[in-house]
Order: sequence, then structure tokens, then C-alpha cells
Amino acid sequence: MDGSGGTPAGDATSGAAAVEMNGVIALLGGFPALSGLDLTVAHGEVVLVAGPNGAGKTTLLNVCGGLVPVARGSAHVLGVDLTGDRAALRHRVGLLGHRNGLYGDLTVSENLTFWSDLVGATPEETARSVEAAGLAGRLADVKVTALSAGQRRRTALAVLLIRRAELWLLDEPHAGLDPDGRGELDALIRLAATSGVTVMLASHDLDRSRDLADREITVVGGAVVEAA
Amino acid sequence: MSAGRLRAARRIAVKDLLVERRSRVLVNQVLPFSGLVMVVFAFALGTGGVLERAAPGLMWLAVLFSTLITVQRSFAIETADGALESLRVAGIDPVALFLGKAAALAVELIALITVLLGLAVVLYGAEPRAEGVVLLVTTAISATCGLAALGTIYGGLAAGGPGRETLLPLLILPVAAPVLIGATRGVEAALGTDRTAVSEGWPWVGLLTVFAVAVGVSGALAFGTLIED
Repeated sequence: MDGSGGTPAGDATSGAAAVEMNGVIALLGGFPALSGLDLTVAHGEVVLVAGPNGAGKTTLLNVCGGLVPVARGSAHVLGVDLTGDRAALRHRVGLLGHRNGLYGDLTVSENLTFWSDLVGATPEETARSVEAAGLAGRLADVKVTALSAGQRRRTALAVLLIRRAELWLLDEPHAGLDPDGRGELDALIRLAATSGVTVMLASHDLDRSRDLADREITVVGGAVVEAA
Repeated sequence: MSAGRLRAARRIAVKDLLVERRSRVLVNQVLPFSGLVMVVFAFALGTGGVLERAAPGLMWLAVLFSTLITVQRSFAIETADGALESLRVAGIDPVALFLGKAAALAVELIALITVLLGLAVVLYGAEPRAEGVVLLVTTAISATCGLAALGTIYGGLAAGGPGRETLLPLLILPVAAPVLIGATRGVEAALGTDRTAVSEGWPWVGLLTVFAVAVGVSGALAFGTLIED
């Protein structure tokens, strides 16, 4: 992918769906946050996960990221069986929630270099990711605390590019962003999607997110009630 | 220990020290706090030789209190914007994470202890003797390793929980008692407090070393589980 820091390493599973869930039940504190959810997401697809508050959107993303165990049902993400070793999935997915996972006292460049070193990305891959996220030049040397919300979000997505995450799980990615910030974020998500990254985004900003998504599903009461 | 794991641990330690260099919390907040604790002890105990005799214990108490703040700070930078969660989600080796955080904490504590030793000399009249220097340095290093490992374990455990600021002292202080006792006895022997011989300090260094190794190994093995939600 141009500017993505590398092609997602999903070749081994490219024939199967990126996400395949059948009758998945996931418990949060004993409460079934997902109650028999069925879902299939193809590789490279951008899926909007809609639904009211408390419907199970965030839990669905967390299950896909291997953070919440599957209590019952079958679930495969990027070919990994989530009822088995969920940890095997983690380095292949990128989960971006309400926080950006950045170090505020470090500059953009230092944050990205830290991640590059951790995941073994080459300087060229890192530079391409920085370029793709629009963070090259003056912004690279700015402390994260001095960035706008949109710039922080883009920095967080640049980390996903550097990590070569094959599946992006974005929870309310537009929250707190001004129109310019939303536009920049959308451009980056589109760029990732065109390179073959699978994207699932949970959002209340439906008009904006529908433009981005190939498909929309609605989750209510922990199950998919509508897929379009 | 694989090279990749050590490289990741080193990167995490360097990142923590870089954050400290930028934020200067250790220099501007922790060190002044430690100095104030030492001064308050001096006010409370006054003169008459009590301070000189109690100097090793008071210094290590100040170190212990400062360790609590340093550990809180070390994990505050990870939780402020969800960085620890990102590392966890990305499947970063928890052993490397533990070793890196503990190493950075140890470097910060060594700097802190060096300053507090100087303050003990100035404020309490503690006088290091030449034959005790090796014991003094060994005691400081082994106690620091134990405190850094212990602080990283409990810092990680408390990081995601509610009320972590108040939980951390409750978790660390009781378990740190062997370090407080061993380091105090070791420094007493190094300084010759109450005419203690240098040789009397080495068994305490042994205790501190065993503690540091036990806590370090336990922490490395358990850290992944501890930082899970």
C-alpha cells in the first residue's frame, strides 16, 4: 500500500473472511453484551457498525480484537480461532478507542519511532506511514499535547500503519473532531482500505461514516438486527 | 532471554527516560518532595546524635515514599491516553514491558538515592567511611532493583483499577518491608552506625539480592496477566 508502511500480512487468510462469527455470546460482568451475534466481514471491506448506546458495538470490536473472550459460539478473525489463543491475533489488529494511546510529553516523531522500533518497522516504512498520515515536516517535531484532536487521531492511525495492522477496529473515530479533522481522518481510513486493510468502525456519526463504509450493520441488544 | 525481547525492553526503558527528561517530574517534583521529607525528619528528631544514628532508616523511608510517587508517575504516562492498553492490544511482549519499565524506574531511583545520600550527609551528619563504600553502593543497587521490580508489579496491577493513587501505597508498603529493613542495616554497616562492622552488612545485601531476583522473576512471569483487564 502506498504510504501505509507496508502491505498487510494477510495473505495466509486472504481466501477466507476477515471476520466470521456465528452465534457469538460474550459476557461482560456476567451480562451477555453479545447475545448470539452472526457476522461476516470480507477482507478489505469497510463496515460501519451502527446501533444505540449499550447495543454491544464496542464489545463487538473488543471481541474482534481478542480483548473480550467468546463465551459461546464460533468466531474466527483473520483466520485465528477466538475460542483458542486470542493472543495470537493481537499483533495483527489495531484497536483505536476513545483514547489515542500516545505519549503526550513526546513529539509525533518520537511516538512513531518508539512504535517502529517495537514492531521492527524499517525507517522507510515509518517514513511512508508518516507521509500517508500527513504528519511529515513541521508537525513531526511537535509535542503530542500541542496537537489538535484531529492531528492526534491521525498520529494514532499512523501507529496502526506502522504496525501493519490488517484489521482496524475504530470506536467512534470522529468523536471530538472538527470538520477538517474528520476529513483528514476519513482520507486516511480510505487510503488504508484501498490497500486491503479491513476496517470496522462503530460510530454515531452515521452520515459521515456511511460515506466511508462499503456496508452498514446495525447492532441492537448484542446481535446484528440489520445488515445493508 | 531473546535478543528481540531485550531490544524491546531497552526501547521501553529509553522511552520512559525520555518522557521523564521532557516532563522533568522527577527533578521538579519528586526530588523536592524527597528533600522535604528528609528536612521534616530532621525537624522532628532534632539534634543530640539521634539523627545520625537514625540516618540510614530515615533515608530509606524517604526513598520508599518517593518510590511510590515515581511508580505512580511511571504508570500515569501509560494510562493518561491509553498507551498501556495500546501496547497490550498490540501484543507487545509483557516480559519486555516489565523489564523496560523496571529498568527505567531503577535508573530514576538510583539518581534519587544518590541525592538523598548526599542530603543524609549534610542534614543528618552521616559520614561514609572508605571501607564501607563498596557495601554502600551494593546495598543501594540491590535495594533499588528490588524496589523497581516491586513497584512495576504493583504499578501495573493498579494501573487499570479505580482509586489507584490510594491503592498503590497499600499494596507496596507492606511488601517493601524486607527492602526497608535490609537496606537500612546494609547502610548502617557501611556507615559504621553504632560501631557496626562492614562485614555485618553483607548478609543484608544477600537478602536484598534474593528479594530482587524473586520479585523480578515473579514480575516478569506474571506481568502479562496483571495488566489484563
